[in-house]
Amino acid sequence: MVTVAAEKKKASLIIIGGGVVACATAYNLAKKGMNDIIVLEKKEIGNGGSCRNAGGVRQSARDVRELPLAMYAVSNIWPTLSDELDVDVEYVQRGNLRLGKTEAHIKTLTGITKKSTDAGLDVKMITGDEAREICPYMSDEVIGASWCPTDGHANPLHTTLGFYRKALQAGVTFISGVKVNGIRKYRGRARFVDTDDGVYEGDNILLCAGWESRAIADTVGIELPIIREFSECMVTEMEPDMFPVMLGTAESDFYGGQTKHGSFVMGGMCGMEPYVSEKDRFITNSVTAPCLSRGIIKYFPVLKDVKIIRTWSGWYDVCKDKVPIIDNISEVPGLTIAAGFCGHGFGISPATGLAVSELILDGESHTIDISGLKYDRFRAKA
Amino acid sequence: MTKIVRTAATEPFKPMPDDDMIVCRCEEITKGEIRKAVYDGMSTTNEVKRWLRCGMGLCQGQTCQKNVQSIISRELGLKIPDIGQITGRSPVRPVVMEVFANDVLDVHEEA
Repeated sequence: MVTVAAEKKKASLIIIGGGVVACATAYNLAKKGMNDIIVLEKKEIGNGGSCRNAGGVRQSARDVRELPLAMYAVSNIWPTLSDELDVDVEYVQRGNLRLGKTEAHIKTLTGITKKSTDAGLDVKMITGDEAREICPYMSDEVIGASWCPTDGHANPLHTTLGFYRKALQAGVTFISGVKVNGIRKYRGRARFVDTDDGVYEGDNILLCAGWESRAIADTVGIELPIIREFSECMVTEMEPDMFPVMLGTAESDFYGGQTKHGSFVMGGMCGMEPYVSEKDRFITNSVTAPCLSRGIIKYFPVLKDVKIIRTWSGWYDVCKDKVPIIDNISEVPGLTIAAGFCGHGFGISPATGLAVSELILDGESHTIDISGLKYDRFRAKA
Repeated sequence: MTKIVRTAATEPFKPMPDDDMIVCRCEEITKGEIRKAVYDGMSTTNEVKRWLRCGMGLCQGQTCQKNVQSIISRELGLKIPDIGQITGRSPVRPVVMEVFANDVLDVHEEA
């Protein structure tokens, strides 16, 4: 029997949103001795992108502004995260292949590769045959690929809920089923959080509620240029171990890979996304999974007889310049924002948790350089 | 969703004699594992599913979901609607990828 604590509505820190960023930040803060934290979640822990992504952990093809987070996470956190969280986060570092079938594809991939090598990453272009050596089940139509051997993937469900469990054990309070309507200032500082369960009060407030952060930030006059973008994913039945690499294509037909469990998790878009759903429910569309299946079979004909057992969907929180906002807000002292991860936030989430914990405790992130992710970087055309 | 307050457990986990009973047959998850997940803080049907994989196998919880829900609700002292259910998703039965991929075959033939 789990004991339910008496009503607690006041804490040193109120975190709005219960995803992987919230859980990782709460864990990092609690580790440093600050556990007087209330996390407010509208539905369930990790119910947004945190548990809906395919688990990619990559450094390649990242914007240089968020690359320090990715490099820190891959070098210093992911390799030992299973031990730290006391659960198998299924992290494997066996590389990422981005596949091309036409000369135009190769041109796209060469461009992406150059950006990564310019940033100092070990990424290179390889031939179709070299790609087939890494992943023998690939179609002969693949004529080239970009290859980053230090990329990998992990289990987003275990990672998110693993951070949650550790934070909980360290004394953090999580409250689910509470919808946040806005933030209010008291004497110039962010102080009150208005919810459908009354008012919560914190010395500091962290807003990390995905695309829904925008409406909440707006209540204290901060405009976040974040929109939501719909995407779908699907999973197959269990198969023998076929390949450990993470896959993508130049044409973005699909992305994904095989999990430790044996199932393939593949996601992507059918091209109709902006027009199929205005609903806030996580619906799936009849046209998307067939479209992804066609994409996958083109590259991996051997998978044509594998059964799809489930599809699901989620929202990317897409920021205007495709990198997140992670910053303390000067106009609203006491408020920190971490949102707009654009669908590539999972791989950097352990490092994000560390950076945000330093932002809150020390006022700046001194371990990882996040100076390119400031909230006031956006300008209208001159 | 119902409001659920989660804090660290104050008492040690208490094993039960039938903890080794398999509840989710597809993924071979036992009653004890489900009870331990709830003890560890997983407080909704989806969270327990995401933590343990019960309901993520071939039948997608069509066999075990009710049993999983009643174990969670009993452990937490909550009603079943409070802990929610696994989202029902397409396809209802597993579908071979090649069959799925053929949904536009007619359109292609006409073109």
